[in-house]
Amino acid sequence: MVFSALVAITRRNAVAAALWAAVSFIAIAGIFVLLRAYFLAVVEVLVYAGAIMVLFLFVIMLLNLREEDLKVVEGPRLHVMGAILAAGFLGGLVWTCRRAGLFEVPLVTAKTAGETGNLAGPLFQDYVLPFEIASFLLLAAIVGAVLITKRRLT
Amino acid sequence: MSVGHLITLSGMLFTIGMVGVLSRRNILIVLLSVELMLNAAAVAFVTFSNFTKNLDGQVMVFFVITVAAAEVAVGLAMVIALFRLRVTVDTDQVDLLKE
Repeated sequence: MVFSALVAITRRNAVAAALWAAVSFIAIAGIFVLLRAYFLAVVEVLVYAGAIMVLFLFVIMLLNLREEDLKVVEGPRLHVMGAILAAGFLGGLVWTCRRAGLFEVPLVTAKTAGETGNLAGPLFQDYVLPFEIASFLLLAAIVGAVLITKRRLT
Repeated sequence: MSVGHLITLSGMLFTIGMVGVLSRRNILIVLLSVELMLNAAAVAFVTFSNFTKNLDGQVMVFFVITVAAAEVAVGLAMVIALFRLRVTVDTDQVDLLKE
């Protein structure tokens, strides 16, 4: 998962990057299965590896970039700064986890934790309002995307 | 495998996404890196949902995925609009507000 994510952000070709990211998303779905979040694993594969990646590839191929468009000058300074920042961030995170004793906490392995039926309870009872807001957000996103890509507003 | 290991994994994924956002200049790959960061947050949510034996974290991941889908749709629409305007995907050449 980490390897494919790393490869994904270093590709110059955007199509290759998108496909490597899809591999990463499928690996994350595997992690969800290990954590007994079966419904989320299925949603991850369907929405991320399916819909979002198809949208990405569609746009990349719609833009039809030529070779010279891809030749962006990316200086080594940015990469060095990024690596230093990454090392600091990750070091701090691991240090905090170790201090909080999270490495000693084993994972719970209940058989049927995150199945669809168990998830539907909190989703449609405690979280009804966020659920409806999410549906409105998606509607707004659809309308917004169509409006933005329209050539002229008449 | 413990909670700490999975949080570290999520942190690595988030860091990779962060480096991608900060150091790449192809706007499509920047968007892809934002997706990776959102996924890292999702992994952390599910891990802590397992830690607290509470399904609220998984419900939250559901909303994260919804928001990510909306964000990608609008983001890619903006990329297309930008490409029509400037014929570039380089973030450094997008300086319309400067003029």
